[in-house]
Amino acid sequence: MAAIETFYDVIRRQGVTRRSFTKFCSLTAASLGMGPIGAAKIANALETKERTPVIWMHGLECTCCSESFIRSAHPLVKDVVLSMISLDYDDTIMAAAGHQAEAILQETKEKYKGKYILAVEGNPPLNEGGMFCIDGGKPFVEKLKWMADDAMAIIAWGACASWGCVQAAKPNPTQATPIDKVIHDKPIIKVPGCPPIAEVMTGVVTYITTFGRLPELDRQGRPNMFYSQRIHDKCYRRPHFDAGQFVEQWDDESARKGHCLYKMGCKGPTTYNACSTVRWNGGVSFPIQSGHGCIGCSEEGFWDKGPFYERLTNIHQFGVEKNADEIGLAAAGVVGAAVATHAAATAVKRIVSKNNDHSA
Amino acid sequence: MTDISRIDVADSHGEKVVAQPTVYVYEAPVRLWHWVNALAILVLIITGYLIGSPLPTVAGEASQHFVMGYIRFAHFAAGQIMAVGFLLRGYWAFMGNEHSRQIYYVPVWRASFWKELAHEIRWYAFLEKAPMKYVGHNPLAQTAMFVMYTLMSAFMIITGFALYSEGEGADSWEAKLFGWVFYIWPNSQEVHTWHHLGMYVIVTFILIHIYAAVREDIMSRQSIISSMISGERHFKDGA
Ligand code: HEM
Ligand code: HEM
Ligand code: SF4
Ligand code: SF4
Repeated sequence: MAAIETFYDVIRRQGVTRRSFTKFCSLTAASLGMGPIGAAKIANALETKERTPVIWMHGLECTCCSESFIRSAHPLVKDVVLSMISLDYDDTIMAAAGHQAEAILQETKEKYKGKYILAVEGNPPLNEGGMFCIDGGKPFVEKLKWMADDAMAIIAWGACASWGCVQAAKPNPTQATPIDKVIHDKPIIKVPGCPPIAEVMTGVVTYITTFGRLPELDRQGRPNMFYSQRIHDKCYRRPHFDAGQFVEQWDDESARKGHCLYKMGCKGPTTYNACSTVRWNGGVSFPIQSGHGCIGCSEEGFWDKGPFYERLTNIHQFGVEKNADEIGLAAAGVVGAAVATHAAATAVKRIVSKNNDHSA
Repeated sequence: MTDISRIDVADSHGEKVVAQPTVYVYEAPVRLWHWVNALAILVLIITGYLIGSPLPTVAGEASQHFVMGYIRFAHFAAGQIMAVGFLLRGYWAFMGNEHSRQIYYVPVWRASFWKELAHEIRWYAFLEKAPMKYVGHNPLAQTAMFVMYTLMSAFMIITGFALYSEGEGADSWEAKLFGWVFYIWPNSQEVHTWHHLGMYVIVTFILIHIYAAVREDIMSRQSIISSMISGERHFKDGA
């Protein structure tokens, strides 16, 4: 029997040095918050365990997840992880094309049955038999189910695969549907964001391929290591929130002073993501640091939740678009007026019946 | 919702009282709870509104102020008081008198309930000359209390603690007990909106509640407001 192929073999073959490999292990261990022995654990796993193939498929999406992924901050991480995963199938960045590419899928299904990772960017539209997204001559939803059948686990990249994103915005004519509503019998990890942060993506891929299992997930199926806290919990403008110092207008004094963007509709208080800690573009900045509120891009339904620039969410259920204060005050106003009228009627009736009593 | 004509009103010597009967309705724990709860809810409404639409920016360094911090603290503190009160009041429903259970159910299975409810509605619509007399709540009040107070309070406590758990972290007891709310609304923005709308149901309840209490006190010839202070219900025109 031929010796099993490990990730280490592959990485070395791709020209990555031993030194770079150990550096990569330390970096990854640190970004996953694994503690001092984490690096050794990762190195050991990559050197001894059979490599886990990654199949990366694209449904209805804008490719922002791929764009983010290939810009992972540390060039080392990018090189290693790309060489780790580009081996198999990613129709956007792979060399093979056409029948040759499709043959890889069949081969992986057979050779690595139950062992490969299926990473999905985008989602399948279900309307009209799935014909709104045709991939390799077949509706994407069929290809997705077919590849999911023999996968070990599925990574749902970004807001599209996790929640639906803008292609699922009301009234969702193509019936774009998140992965976990289509595939029910496989472990699914959601890595939401539009796009997710590059370091979060490489961290998740490395963890799963290295240890052959999903990291600890939260209630919504997101990895705890990156999604257990809100933007608001670690936002550097939080002291201004607690103090009560808000930007009220984009060009006011508070905006210049960098006060909290809550009143400008910042969704940081309801958004779980790592932006305020990991940040973007190699830790350079993130939206709030650039003076714009969080739009909640990693949250369910963020595209349908009313204006990005208002604190209170619009409610559609009542026919007209109004926020909770407008609806509530209107209701309380109507009741208040009714109470006042009733009180007046009561007073009149009392006077009238008193008069009647006298005359009787 | 016992009809006054159906109970025997007796004094401590077991003798029938002839005129101006008095019944002990609201026991001390209920009265104490009522006013603590009313105060807590008042604080919750004011601070809750200010969480949704904060006060204007304060000048100076962030380290000199804690405006939003105090507002949120007051909200959470009052919220905890309200929640504990809710639990204790629930416990008293088992320990207290018959009236202590009234706000926890609506006796829809009783034909007399519907008849009396209709009578009460007609009384409020000025179609009846006089209201029926009740020792506890009248059927309309009982229905309003159950839906707009008991159910809504439970809703506010559940959604409130779910929101609170977000700050406390996924391993907090709040998250363990109330985190399931996020199965219903995966985006907590939605929970904020429902929690906010819930406030207006309670505001509406309070408007009606205080008006009805004052009106009944004047109109119905039985004590209402003082009942919630002394616990005793006086019937001003005899039984
Ligand atoms: C009658 C009772 C209550 C009323 C009227 C009320 C009202 C409100 C309102 C209007 C908001 C603002 C919602 C928004 O973001 O637009 C709010 C937020 C909140 N409430 Fe309540 N609430 C009540 C009970 C509670 C309870 C029992 C708790 C539990 C401790 C609680 C915890 C919270 C939390 C954690 C927030 C979010 C604060 C933040 O995002 O900074 N509330 N409440
Ligand atoms: C200053 C304001 C208030 C006044 C004058 C007031 C007065 C009263 C009175 C007189 C009763 C007894 C009604 C009866 O005998 O049928 C009562 C009961 C009740 N009130 Fe209030 N109330 C006030 C505020 C509130 C608030 C803010 C709440 C909560 C939202 C509330 C909730 C209740 C409940 C649930 C009961 C039923 C108590 C029971 O049967 O256990 N009240 N109130
Ligand atoms: S800017 Fe946004 S995330 Fe930051 S403290 Fe303000 S509301 Fe929270
Ligand atoms: S700050 Fe908010 S909107 Fe911006 S990328 Fe992060 S989660 Fe998305």
